[in-house]
Amino acid sequence: MSSLISLLQAAVYFGTVIMFGCIGEILTEKAGNLNLGVPGIMYLGGISSLVAVFLYEGATENPQPALCVLIALLASFLGAALGGLIYAFLTITLRANQNVTGLALSIFGSGVANFFGGSLNTLAGRFEQISVPVTSAAFRKTVPFLSGLGAVGKIFFSYGFMVYLAVILAGVMQYFLHHTRSGLNLRTVGENPQAADAAGIDVTKNKYLAICIGAGICGFGGAYYVMDYIKGTWANDGSIEKLGWLAVALVIFATWKARNAIWGAYLFGVLYWMYLYIPGLTRASQEIFKMLPYVVTIIVLVVTSLRNSREKQPPAALGQAYFREER
Amino acid sequence: MPEKKKNGEPLIRLAKRDSLAPAARIGIRLGSLLIALLFCGILIFAITGLNPVVVYRTMFEGAFGTKTRIWSTVKEMMMLACIAIGLAPAFKMRFWNIGAEGQVLIGGIVTAACMLYLKTLPSPLLLALMFAGSAVAGALWALLPAVFKAKWNTNETLFTLMMNYVAIQLTSFFVAKWENPFGSNTVGIINQNGMQGWFPALFGTRYFISVILVLLFAVLMFVYLKYTKHGYEIAVVGASENTARYAGINVGWVMIRTMLLSGAICGLAGFMAVAGASHTISVSTAGGRGFTAIIVAWLARFDSATMLLISLLLAFLQSGAGEIASKCKLNDYASQMIIGIILFFILGSEFFINYRCIFRGKAGKGEA
Repeated sequence: MSSLISLLQAAVYFGTVIMFGCIGEILTEKAGNLNLGVPGIMYLGGISSLVAVFLYEGATENPQPALCVLIALLASFLGAALGGLIYAFLTITLRANQNVTGLALSIFGSGVANFFGGSLNTLAGRFEQISVPVTSAAFRKTVPFLSGLGAVGKIFFSYGFMVYLAVILAGVMQYFLHHTRSGLNLRTVGENPQAADAAGIDVTKNKYLAICIGAGICGFGGAYYVMDYIKGTWANDGSIEKLGWLAVALVIFATWKARNAIWGAYLFGVLYWMYLYIPGLTRASQEIFKMLPYVVTIIVLVVTSLRNSREKQPPAALGQAYFREER
Repeated sequence: MPEKKKNGEPLIRLAKRDSLAPAARIGIRLGSLLIALLFCGILIFAITGLNPVVVYRTMFEGAFGTKTRIWSTVKEMMMLACIAIGLAPAFKMRFWNIGAEGQVLIGGIVTAACMLYLKTLPSPLLLALMFAGSAVAGALWALLPAVFKAKWNTNETLFTLMMNYVAIQLTSFFVAKWENPFGSNTVGIINQNGMQGWFPALFGTRYFISVILVLLFAVLMFVYLKYTKHGYEIAVVGASENTARYAGINVGWVMIRTMLLSGAICGLAGFMAVAGASHTISVSTAGGRGFTAIIVAWLARFDSATMLLISLLLAFLQSGAGEIASKCKLNDYASQMIIGIILFFILGSEFFINYRCIFRGKAGKGEA
């Protein structure tokens, strides 16, 4: 029983990181832009929050936890949105190829983040290992009282606030995309930009906003990873990159619906950590188990294309630049 | 457009260029590269306070300073170029093969397996088997997404992307299985004593054969894409699938055939990385080059010579930035940052090659 609980907890921690990335990428892809820069954007979000809080905690005697959290979230959103802006400018205004630009952004983001993450100490000339104890503690503060309620408390309430924020954000995104007029406009831009343009929807503005806000949401994933998942330090081991690609995979798994991202993310978490809870696995066969999330995504991708149901397809104009003067 | 003014005419209009003189194309690209290098120089100065001229000189020394460094830069360049050459036919067909990373690793796994299990075979036979095995493995790894794309139009960008991670886990599996010494979680140098399956040294270096192979691939790919019926079919499918179908080209078969070729060359890149350079296998055998090579192939517009040049530039930046990092006690991720910025600039410059801006009032003069 206790091992089941710890598996579920591990899945929730893991799932929250990729859920943020997935929600942001769904918004971006619904506007017709396949942004393969998610890993880079999550890196940018993570490092921005860390640097901002590091500077704040270093500058004040008594850092306020609430202010720390606010600074971290704001910085991660802005840092990541800035990465999104580079991508948006290149793909929308300069009409560069989306896949190639996204990959370049991934290289750039991981370079910037690991460069600053690894040399922050050298540059600032203090501390042994970067740590932001106050902020990290504020991020990891569990729900008071409820988290003490035995198994139920452990499974549902033993997390920092970001876990609940992710779920709420997924719900808001689902509502926005499928139940509001602006959401409908945005989806039209992704399905058929020519028609949207003819109907008077500003394609360029919609795409820019979707990409930048989507990137900002991805950035929260990076902030959650840095502040909560690895407890307010920095690790140059490329794990954000791996998680970023899983977030892209999750978009497919969720068939471009934010509500599916909620359970999909936790399922990915269970699949990813399951090897720890299966007795008798050698270290080699554990690696085979870690394949599961990717294999499941491939199967979903194949099955949706075989069934060819209209509800579950990628946005029709995904990956194509829109140029009004072109027929 | 929002900026409509008095005559109802926007301030800037865009028009697609028909074609641009080759000199102007090269000029725009070189210009963007120079601006990018300048920008990076300022950035390095802002972060570290180092004189940018000294920085670039240090980078040059880091990449070409000694014979060993030259060879290591060339090795990196050839690896990138080989993968890019493999990707070129697929991308020319507008088939988004993001899976080079995985195809390289699979080729590497097969190569390492041959080196481990077949080391009693005579050397030429062993090398031939490794060559064939890695090519077949890479081709098969690419075949799966190609078949699904051809038959059911499954999104190949996402499919090949996922295949990378399956391959990475598979590599980790074999690393754990073959680890040597036990508990190190690395494979170590394979056949360190007998050097079975290693490329023989020519002209004093073991990289020489890789260089020759990659240059040979470059020439063959250039001829294949430019002067053969296959190459023509790839170009037509890439330009418009419907046109290709109307012209009687079997689009599905062209896709499958091209992806087999693309995967095979990427698999061979893995063969060269394992047998010709590192003599070991790990997830860093590909190390993100599969992704970088996509950008190389795209920026070069699939032209072999340009792919070699861009690979050289990136290899230079990689080794050069590594040198700065170790001199200034910064970490060598600085190279990725610089590469990213340079790629942004070159990608952005493509716009000025493909489009021209017409300012209000000046219209009518340059109209074609």
